[in-house]
Amino acid sequence: MRSATIRSAAFWTALVTFAVTNGSALAQKKYDTGATDTEIRIGHIVPYSGPASAYGVIGKTEEAYFKMVNENGGINGRKIKFVSYDDAYSPPKAVEQVRKLVESDEVLVVFNPLGTPSNSAIQKYLNSKKVPQLFVATGATKWNDPKHFPWTIGWQPSYQSEALIYAKYVMKEKPDAKIVVLYQNDDFGKDYVKGLKDGFGAKASMIVAEESYEISEPTIDSHIVKLKATGADVFISITTPKFAAQAIKKLAEIDWKPMHILSNVSISVGSVIKPAGFENAQGILSAAYAKDAADPQWQDDPGMKKFLALLDKYYPEADRLNSSVVYGYGAAQTLAKILEMCGDDLTRANIMKQAANLKDFTPDTLLPGVKINTSATDFAPIEQLQMMRFKGEKWDLFGDVISGDAGH
Amino acid sequence: MSSVDEVANEAPAVEAVPKRAMTLGYGTSLVVLALLIIGPMFVKNFIVFQMTMLLIYALAVLALNILTGGSGQFSLGQSAFYAVGAYTSAILMEHMGVNYALTLPIAGIICFGFGFLFGQPALRLSGIYLALATFALAVAMPQLLKLGFFEHWTGGVQGLVVTKPDAPFGLPISQDRWLYYFTLVVSIGIYIASVNLLKSRSGRAFMAIRDNEIAASAMGVDVALYKTLAFGVSAGITGVAGGLGAIAVQFVAPDGYTITLAISLFLGMVVGGVGWLPGSIVGSAFIIFVPNIAEHISKGLSGAVFGVLLFLVIFLVPHGARQVAIVAQQLIGKLKK
Repeated sequence: MRSATIRSAAFWTALVTFAVTNGSALAQKKYDTGATDTEIRIGHIVPYSGPASAYGVIGKTEEAYFKMVNENGGINGRKIKFVSYDDAYSPPKAVEQVRKLVESDEVLVVFNPLGTPSNSAIQKYLNSKKVPQLFVATGATKWNDPKHFPWTIGWQPSYQSEALIYAKYVMKEKPDAKIVVLYQNDDFGKDYVKGLKDGFGAKASMIVAEESYEISEPTIDSHIVKLKATGADVFISITTPKFAAQAIKKLAEIDWKPMHILSNVSISVGSVIKPAGFENAQGILSAAYAKDAADPQWQDDPGMKKFLALLDKYYPEADRLNSSVVYGYGAAQTLAKILEMCGDDLTRANIMKQAANLKDFTPDTLLPGVKINTSATDFAPIEQLQMMRFKGEKWDLFGDVISGDAGH
Repeated sequence: MSSVDEVANEAPAVEAVPKRAMTLGYGTSLVVLALLIIGPMFVKNFIVFQMTMLLIYALAVLALNILTGGSGQFSLGQSAFYAVGAYTSAILMEHMGVNYALTLPIAGIICFGFGFLFGQPALRLSGIYLALATFALAVAMPQLLKLGFFEHWTGGVQGLVVTKPDAPFGLPISQDRWLYYFTLVVSIGIYIASVNLLKSRSGRAFMAIRDNEIAASAMGVDVALYKTLAFGVSAGITGVAGGLGAIAVQFVAPDGYTITLAISLFLGMVVGGVGWLPGSIVGSAFIIFVPNIAEHISKGLSGAVFGVLLFLVIFLVPHGARQVAIVAQQLIGKLKK
């Protein structure tokens, strides 16, 4: 944290010098609603209650991050006021809360709203109001559409780009594979399947069977048995944590050993692999863009040390193994970076301009080599992932960082 | 006799909903109406939007009130009717270019049919069993909306974005205000129609069934017909509310119409006072604003705070807003003397 203090001190010295020598500098300050000389108001929604309340820790981590920023002098001397509301993962509630943020709390941007349905519900409103819908917390591909929605920008890799990477990998390693896919019957699962099919292109016929399950099903065992019966040798598991663990267990139970590819949302060692049993998870493949706090190889990593220091001081009750905490940190750091880049021009237009102007930015929690790049035509900040294989009690990264640019 | 009434019998000063007590006096009605008309002129668009949602949920609560308070049947499946109404409006507007105002009666009619049909098997069930059957409907609805078969129309899991209507004839008011007044007119229309329905022969038949089915049928009330009719009317009004909700929120998606919504509406009805139509708006205010207050008190424990507040309401005023209104009336009566 010392470097931040030094940096901000240096900045202040520079600013004071600049202000003294050049009076017109002050006149260049530009603000939209939500920003002043002393404060920047950031709006945020996340489900703190309801079926997806597990994601609430993202909001808490971000709050902790901005608390840290404020105690270190804020951003360019301005404190962050982080206003976070609960949308209970319900689109009508999301609209109500976002309108409250924009019209009543008068925030500068709506940052990291979570969930595809909630974001779909507020996208039109925010774009017509010209309020940035900054770094949405969903992997749907549609957020990268600067032409139609210039005020909406994504953050994490889209499900489709991830699926594309798996398709590339399978075609290279097993060109004559028989593939089966198990997916969750919602926007997440369907987006993924589309990415897979796009990735296989003309070879989509390699997918011999698809099974979908509902999030309300108590177990997915019968689907697995059915998929085994097809005689496939590649199993792609587009599942959320609970079901991913069930699938890993069931595969071991029925002694089926295909190449097992697991979606990135379920790679948590603490909440998926460990409950499913380490011995059952050997050799599973996946891809990642962020570091896993449970992975001993990052123990001495300076980025992760900063992350853990933040948690110790500002959010001690956080579960360090929860990947959502890592996520919230990375997203908050990206926002802080943008606000820093904006300088004294804190208009909504400039925020979007800076958000679309990130060059090789690497938050502390991203894998080495994964960089955030955006441009006026590229509103998909993270597009790179690295393949990894589960070995022993942790993930082993292998190969290069691959770009899964889904393109538009 | 419904179990709500049994529970409620403990409290003094409230009788078994005489007909007159189902509405407000003229004076009070006019004051409330004036507030609803004048209020939104002086507040921000966001508040206007919240008031629009208040009216919309009030309509949905009112619909449930007719079913439960009127004919004594339970429903935990109102979210399903609400969803059908919302999707009907959204699909008609976005895919067929129908004017938003015209989509509402269509949504109402479709939901009436849907509710009437659902009322047929529901005839065999009563009390908690009916509640469970309707619960099943509410649980099934979001998944049905996701079905690939309908996806072309419903947009599947991605939902449908609805365009918000502008004020007509170039009126110089914002979209939100226009939509508010439009909703207000629809709500008042439905409220008056509902009050008249409950005062009519059909309404008396509903209440006779609620109080004692056997006695009602001995008096010549066609129990089966009136029970299904109550379901139909309730579903129809809920459908109109759903349609309005879709236009106000500008978005429909399966996740907006889960069982949580059905339970909220049920809660709104109980808080507003079962069988007391004006209570619907109080119940609606409860389900919209109290979660926000709870969140304000504690983010991590918002659910628990909400539970405590709800418990207090049920414990202190088991008859909901109706009880408060009656007490207030008695106080005013005393003051006049």
